[in-house]
Amino acid sequence: MKAQPIDAGFFSTKLNDMVGWARKYSLFQYPFVTACCGMEYMAAACSHYDIDRFGAGLPRFSPRQADLLMVVGTVSQKLAPVLKKVYDQMCDPKWVVAFGVCASTGGFYDNYATLMGIDRIIPVDVYIPGCPPRPENVLDGLLKLQARIQNQKQLL
Amino acid sequence: MILEAVKAKFPDEVLETSEFRGDLTIVVRKESLAQIMKHLKEEAAFDFNLLMDLTAVDYLSMERKPRFDMVYHLYSLRNKHRLRVKVGVHEKEPEVDSLVVLWPIANWFEREVWDMFGIRFKGHPHLKRILLYEEFEGHPLRKDYPVNRRQPLMKQKSDHELEFIEAREYGQAVPELLRGSANQEEKKI
Repeated sequence: MKAQPIDAGFFSTKLNDMVGWARKYSLFQYPFVTACCGMEYMAAACSHYDIDRFGAGLPRFSPRQADLLMVVGTVSQKLAPVLKKVYDQMCDPKWVVAFGVCASTGGFYDNYATLMGIDRIIPVDVYIPGCPPRPENVLDGLLKLQARIQNQKQLL
Repeated sequence: MILEAVKAKFPDEVLETSEFRGDLTIVVRKESLAQIMKHLKEEAAFDFNLLMDLTAVDYLSMERKPRFDMVYHLYSLRNKHRLRVKVGVHEKEPEVDSLVVLWPIANWFEREVWDMFGIRFKGHPHLKRILLYEEFEGHPLRKDYPVNRRQPLMKQKSDHELEFIEAREYGQAVPELLRGSANQEEKKI
Protein backbone atom coordinates (compact mmCIF):
# COMPACT_ATOMS: atom_id res chain seq x y z
CA MET A 1 0.00 0.00 0.00
CA LYS A 2 1.27 3.38 -0.99
CA ALA A 3 2.05 5.56 2.01
CA GLN A 4 -0.20 8.58 2.33
CA PRO A 5 1.30 11.86 3.49
CA ILE A 6 -0.69 11.59 6.70
CA ASP A 7 1.08 8.35 7.50
CA ALA A 8 4.42 10.06 7.49
CA GLY A 9 3.52 11.75 10.74
CA PHE A 10 3.02 15.30 11.84
CA PHE A 11 6.66 16.01 12.64
CA SER A 12 8.18 15.00 9.33
CA THR A 13 5.56 16.78 7.20
CA LYS A 14 5.48 20.00 9.16
CA LEU A 15 9.19 20.33 9.89
CA ASN A 16 9.75 22.49 6.81
CA ASP A 17 6.96 24.86 7.79
CA MET A 18 8.13 25.04 11.37
CA VAL A 19 11.70 25.88 10.46
CA GLY A 20 10.46 28.49 8.01
CA TRP A 21 8.21 30.00 10.68
CA ALA A 22 11.11 30.16 13.10
CA ARG A 23 13.54 31.63 10.62
CA LYS A 24 11.29 34.31 9.20
CA TYR A 25 10.82 35.89 12.61
CA SER A 26 14.46 35.92 13.61
CA LEU A 27 16.26 37.72 10.82
CA PHE A 28 19.65 39.02 11.78
CA GLN A 29 20.53 41.62 9.19
CA TYR A 30 23.84 42.94 8.03
CA PRO A 31 23.25 46.53 6.86
CA PHE A 32 25.57 47.19 3.93
CA VAL A 33 24.83 50.91 3.89
CA THR A 34 26.60 52.97 1.25
CA ALA A 35 24.40 55.97 0.49
CA CYS A 36 21.42 58.15 1.33
CA CYS A 37 18.99 55.20 1.53
CA GLY A 38 20.61 54.59 4.89
CA MET A 39 18.47 57.37 6.33
CA GLU A 40 15.27 55.54 5.39
CA TYR A 41 16.76 52.33 6.67
CA MET A 42 17.34 54.03 10.03
CA ALA A 43 13.80 55.44 10.01
CA ALA A 44 12.42 51.95 9.40
CA ALA A 45 14.52 50.60 12.24
CA CYS A 46 13.59 53.25 14.80
CA SER A 47 10.54 53.44 17.04
CA HIS A 48 8.08 55.08 14.60
CA TYR A 49 8.11 52.16 12.20
CA ASP A 50 9.85 49.67 14.47
CA ILE A 51 11.19 46.87 12.29
CA ASP A 52 11.59 44.91 15.53
CA ARG A 53 7.87 44.05 15.36
CA PHE A 54 8.78 41.67 12.53
CA GLY A 55 11.67 40.05 14.32
CA ALA A 56 14.34 41.84 12.30
CA GLY A 57 15.32 44.42 14.87
CA LEU A 58 18.86 43.45 15.65
CA PRO A 59 21.52 44.36 13.08
CA ARG A 60 24.74 42.40 13.30
CA PHE A 61 27.81 44.26 12.16
CA SER A 62 29.61 41.14 11.09
CA PRO A 63 28.43 39.16 8.04
CA ARG A 64 29.38 35.95 9.84
CA GLN A 65 26.63 36.52 12.40
CA ALA A 66 23.98 37.65 9.92
CA ASP A 67 21.56 35.83 7.65
CA LEU A 68 20.00 38.80 5.85
CA LEU A 69 22.21 41.04 3.75
CA MET A 70 20.60 44.43 3.20
CA VAL A 71 22.38 46.34 0.46
CA VAL A 72 21.29 49.90 1.12
CA GLY A 73 22.48 52.37 -1.50
CA THR A 74 24.65 52.69 -4.60
CA VAL A 75 27.38 50.15 -5.15
CA SER A 76 30.30 51.25 -7.30
CA GLN A 77 32.45 49.01 -9.46
CA LYS A 78 35.24 49.48 -6.99
CA LEU A 79 33.05 48.26 -4.14
CA ALA A 80 31.64 45.24 -6.01
CA PRO A 81 34.38 42.77 -4.94
CA VAL A 82 33.91 43.88 -1.33
CA LEU A 83 30.17 43.19 -1.51
CA LYS A 84 30.84 39.76 -3.03
CA LYS A 85 33.28 39.03 -0.24
CA VAL A 86 30.76 40.05 2.42
CA TYR A 87 28.14 37.83 0.80
CA ASP A 88 30.53 34.89 0.65
CA GLN A 89 31.32 35.27 4.33
CA MET A 90 27.70 34.80 5.39
CA CYS A 91 26.63 31.33 6.49
CA ASP A 92 23.67 29.52 4.92
CA PRO A 93 20.76 30.02 5.08
CA LYS A 94 21.11 33.57 3.82
CA TRP A 95 18.98 36.08 1.97
CA VAL A 96 19.67 39.34 0.18
CA VAL A 97 17.51 42.45 -0.04
CA ALA A 98 18.31 45.16 -2.60
CA PHE A 99 17.17 48.33 -0.84
CA GLY A 100 16.35 51.23 -3.17
CA VAL A 101 16.68 51.58 -6.93
CA CYS A 102 20.45 52.03 -6.92
CA ALA A 103 21.05 48.63 -5.34
CA SER A 104 18.31 47.11 -7.51
CA THR A 105 19.18 48.48 -10.95
CA GLY A 106 21.73 51.24 -10.66
CA GLY A 107 18.96 53.82 -10.41
CA PHE A 108 19.60 57.04 -12.27
CA TYR A 109 23.31 56.34 -12.46
CA ASP A 110 24.49 55.05 -15.81
CA ASN A 111 28.17 55.77 -15.87
CA TYR A 112 31.69 54.38 -15.64
CA ALA A 113 31.65 54.14 -11.86
CA THR A 114 28.39 52.47 -10.87
CA LEU A 115 27.42 48.82 -10.70
CA MET A 116 24.04 48.53 -12.44
CA GLY A 117 22.31 46.52 -9.76
CA ILE A 118 23.81 44.15 -7.23
CA ASP A 119 22.19 41.16 -8.94
CA ARG A 120 25.07 41.32 -11.38
CA ILE A 121 27.32 39.91 -8.70
CA ILE A 122 25.14 38.28 -6.02
CA PRO A 123 21.66 36.67 -6.11
CA VAL A 124 18.86 38.86 -4.74
CA ASP A 125 15.66 37.67 -3.02
CA VAL A 126 13.65 40.88 -2.67
CA TYR A 127 13.96 44.20 -4.47
CA ILE A 128 12.60 47.27 -2.71
CA PRO A 129 12.11 50.11 -5.24
CA GLY A 130 12.12 53.78 -4.35
CA CYS A 131 14.57 56.64 -4.27
CA PRO A 132 14.66 56.24 -1.34
CA PRO A 133 11.85 53.80 -0.42
CA ARG A 134 9.48 54.89 2.32
CA PRO A 135 9.66 52.87 5.55
CA GLU A 136 6.30 51.34 4.61
CA ASN A 137 7.92 50.04 1.42
CA VAL A 138 10.73 48.60 3.48
CA LEU A 139 8.32 46.82 5.81
CA ASP A 140 6.36 45.54 2.80
CA GLY A 141 9.56 44.19 1.33
CA LEU A 142 10.38 42.55 4.62
CA LEU A 143 6.95 40.86 4.72
CA LYS A 144 7.50 39.60 1.17
CA LEU A 145 10.83 38.19 2.23
CA GLN A 146 9.18 36.52 5.22
CA ALA A 147 6.59 34.90 2.94
CA ARG A 148 9.40 33.69 0.73
CA ILE A 149 11.29 32.25 3.68
CA GLN A 150 8.16 30.52 4.97
CA ASN A 151 7.45 28.86 1.64
CA GLN A 152 10.91 27.89 0.51
CA LYS A 153 12.55 24.51 0.85
CA GLN A 154 14.46 24.86 4.08
CA LEU A 155 18.12 24.11 4.39
CA LEU A 156 18.36 21.83 7.40
CA MET B 1 43.70 96.20 -7.53
CA ILE B 2 44.88 92.60 -7.14
CA LEU B 3 44.86 92.13 -10.88
CA GLU B 4 46.99 95.21 -11.46
CA ALA B 5 49.42 94.24 -8.72
CA VAL B 6 49.91 90.73 -10.14
CA LYS B 7 50.23 92.09 -13.65
CA ALA B 8 52.80 94.65 -12.50
CA LYS B 9 54.83 92.05 -10.66
CA PHE B 10 54.77 89.46 -13.48
CA PRO B 11 54.24 91.41 -16.72
CA ASP B 12 55.44 88.59 -19.01
CA GLU B 13 54.07 85.62 -17.14
CA VAL B 14 50.47 86.81 -16.72
CA LEU B 15 48.84 86.32 -20.10
CA GLU B 16 45.38 87.61 -19.38
CA THR B 17 43.35 89.18 -16.60
CA SER B 18 39.61 89.56 -16.36
CA GLU B 19 36.94 90.54 -13.90
CA PHE B 20 33.31 89.48 -13.94
CA ARG B 21 30.99 90.81 -11.23
CA GLY B 22 33.77 90.89 -8.67
CA ASP B 23 35.31 87.54 -9.59
CA LEU B 24 38.94 88.05 -10.50
CA THR B 25 40.68 85.74 -12.92
CA ILE B 26 44.23 85.59 -14.21
CA VAL B 27 45.65 83.29 -16.84
CA VAL B 28 49.33 82.55 -16.41
CA ARG B 29 52.10 80.82 -18.29
CA LYS B 30 52.48 77.16 -17.36
CA GLU B 31 56.23 77.40 -16.76
CA SER B 32 55.90 80.12 -14.14
CA LEU B 33 52.89 78.71 -12.28
CA ALA B 34 54.83 77.58 -9.19
CA GLN B 35 56.70 80.88 -8.97
CA ILE B 36 53.56 83.01 -9.22
CA MET B 37 51.64 80.85 -6.76
CA LYS B 38 54.49 81.05 -4.27
CA HIS B 39 54.45 84.81 -4.55
CA LEU B 40 50.66 84.98 -4.20
CA LYS B 41 50.83 82.90 -1.07
CA GLU B 42 53.77 84.56 0.65
CA GLU B 43 53.52 88.23 -0.29
CA ALA B 44 51.66 90.11 2.48
CA ALA B 45 49.61 92.17 0.02
CA PHE B 46 48.06 89.00 -1.41
CA ASP B 47 48.44 86.47 1.42
CA PHE B 48 46.43 83.72 -0.27
CA ASN B 49 46.85 81.16 2.46
CA LEU B 50 43.92 78.96 1.47
CA LEU B 51 43.71 76.89 -1.70
CA MET B 52 39.97 76.37 -1.86
CA ASP B 53 39.76 74.25 -4.96
CA LEU B 54 41.83 72.88 -7.76
CA THR B 55 40.32 71.26 -10.81
CA ALA B 56 40.62 70.91 -14.56
CA VAL B 57 38.42 71.59 -17.58
CA ASP B 58 38.47 69.72 -20.89
CA TYR B 59 37.63 71.94 -23.87
CA LEU B 60 37.74 69.12 -26.44
CA SER B 61 34.56 69.97 -28.33
CA MET B 62 35.54 73.63 -28.55
CA GLU B 63 38.76 72.61 -30.32
CA ARG B 64 40.69 75.07 -28.26
CA LYS B 65 44.47 75.02 -27.93
CA PRO B 66 45.55 74.22 -25.31
CA ARG B 67 42.92 71.58 -24.71
CA PHE B 68 42.86 71.60 -20.90
CA ASP B 69 42.66 74.34 -18.32
CA MET B 70 43.87 73.90 -14.78
CA VAL B 71 41.82 76.10 -12.47
CA TYR B 72 42.91 77.15 -8.99
CA HIS B 73 40.72 79.05 -6.55
CA LEU B 74 42.58 81.01 -3.92
CA TYR B 75 41.27 82.75 -0.83
CA SER B 76 42.96 84.92 1.77
CA LEU B 77 41.60 84.41 5.27
CA ARG B 78 43.17 87.65 6.53
CA ASN B 79 42.51 89.96 3.57
CA LYS B 80 39.23 88.23 2.64
CA HIS B 81 39.79 88.38 -1.07
CA ARG B 82 39.68 85.76 -3.78
CA LEU B 83 41.50 85.03 -7.02
CA ARG B 84 41.07 82.44 -9.74
CA VAL B 85 44.22 81.33 -11.51
CA LYS B 86 44.05 79.44 -14.79
CA VAL B 87 46.76 77.61 -16.68
CA GLY B 88 46.41 76.13 -20.15
CA VAL B 89 47.68 72.55 -20.51
CA HIS B 90 48.38 70.99 -23.89
CA GLU B 91 47.18 67.49 -24.71
CA LYS B 92 50.62 66.38 -25.88
CA GLU B 93 52.33 67.23 -22.64
CA PRO B 94 49.73 67.14 -19.88
CA GLU B 95 51.95 68.11 -17.00
CA VAL B 96 52.03 71.07 -14.61
CA ASP B 97 53.97 71.83 -11.46
CA SER B 98 52.62 70.35 -8.25
CA LEU B 99 51.61 72.82 -5.55
CA VAL B 100 51.81 70.35 -2.67
CA VAL B 101 54.80 72.18 -1.20
CA LEU B 102 52.74 75.38 -0.94
CA TRP B 103 49.34 73.99 0.11
CA PRO B 104 49.28 70.40 1.41
CA ILE B 105 45.59 70.12 0.45
CA ALA B 106 46.72 70.11 -3.19
CA ASN B 107 47.93 66.54 -2.66
CA TRP B 108 44.50 64.87 -2.90
CA PHE B 109 43.09 67.44 -5.34
CA GLU B 110 45.93 66.79 -7.75
CA ARG B 111 45.49 63.06 -7.40
CA GLU B 112 41.83 63.51 -8.28
CA VAL B 113 42.71 65.56 -11.37
CA TRP B 114 45.21 62.89 -12.41
CA ASP B 115 42.53 60.23 -11.87
CA MET B 116 39.80 62.01 -13.81
CA PHE B 117 41.69 64.01 -16.45
CA GLY B 118 45.10 62.38 -16.73
CA ILE B 119 47.07 65.54 -16.06
CA ARG B 120 50.36 64.81 -14.30
CA PHE B 121 51.87 66.94 -11.56
CA LYS B 122 55.61 67.41 -11.52
CA GLY B 123 56.98 67.01 -8.02
CA HIS B 124 53.90 65.36 -6.52
CA PRO B 125 54.95 62.98 -3.71
CA HIS B 126 52.40 60.23 -4.41
CA LEU B 127 50.64 60.65 -7.72
CA LYS B 128 48.23 57.75 -8.12
CA ARG B 129 44.51 57.27 -8.56
CA ILE B 130 42.46 58.41 -5.58
CA LEU B 131 38.85 57.50 -6.49
CA LEU B 132 39.00 54.78 -9.13
CA TYR B 133 40.75 51.42 -8.97
CA GLU B 134 44.21 50.79 -10.34
CA GLU B 135 42.88 48.46 -13.05
CA PHE B 136 40.88 51.30 -14.62
CA GLU B 137 42.14 52.34 -18.06
CA GLY B 138 41.87 55.92 -19.19
CA HIS B 139 40.52 58.99 -17.47
CA PRO B 140 36.72 59.19 -17.37
CA LEU B 141 36.17 62.96 -17.24
CA ARG B 142 38.08 63.50 -20.46
CA LYS B 143 35.49 64.28 -23.08
CA ASP B 144 36.83 61.58 -25.40
CA TYR B 145 36.24 58.84 -22.83
CA PRO B 146 33.38 56.79 -24.37
CA VAL B 147 30.22 57.49 -22.39
CA ASN B 148 29.19 53.83 -22.55
CA ARG B 149 32.51 52.29 -21.68
CA ARG B 150 32.32 50.11 -18.57
CA GLN B 151 35.26 48.52 -16.82
CA PRO B 152 33.78 46.27 -14.13
CA LEU B 153 36.03 44.55 -11.66
CA MET B 154 33.57 41.65 -11.57
CA LYS B 155 31.63 40.32 -14.55
CA GLN B 156 28.49 38.25 -14.85
CA LYS B 157 28.89 35.32 -17.24
CA SER B 158 25.57 35.97 -19.01
CA ASP B 159 22.15 37.35 -18.21
CA HIS B 160 20.69 33.96 -17.37
CA GLU B 161 23.57 32.34 -15.61
CA LEU B 162 24.16 33.17 -12.00
CA GLU B 163 27.78 32.26 -12.20
CA PHE B 164 30.15 35.08 -11.71
CA ILE B 165 33.59 35.58 -13.06
CA GLU B 166 35.88 37.74 -11.09
CA ALA B 167 37.81 39.98 -13.42
CA ARG B 168 40.52 39.83 -10.83
CA GLU B 169 40.90 38.22 -7.44
CA TYR B 170 39.91 40.65 -4.76
CA GLY B 171 42.85 41.31 -2.52
CA GLN B 172 45.52 41.28 -5.19
CA ALA B 173 45.32 44.99 -5.67
CA VAL B 174 45.49 45.76 -1.98
CA PRO B 175 49.22 45.29 -1.43
CA GLU B 176 49.77 47.31 -4.59
CA LEU B 177 47.64 50.11 -3.17
CA LEU B 178 49.68 50.06 0.01
CA ARG B 179 52.99 49.93 -1.82
CA GLY B 180 52.04 52.63 -4.28
CA SER B 181 54.23 50.97 -6.88
CA ALA B 182 51.96 52.05 -9.73
CA ASN B 183 53.32 55.55 -9.32
CA GLN B 184 56.30 55.02 -11.59
CA GLU B 185 54.30 53.17 -14.25
CA GLU B 186 51.74 55.92 -14.46
CA LYS B 187 54.38 58.53 -15.05
CA LYS B 188 55.50 56.72 -18.20
CA ILE B 189 52.07 56.83 -19.83
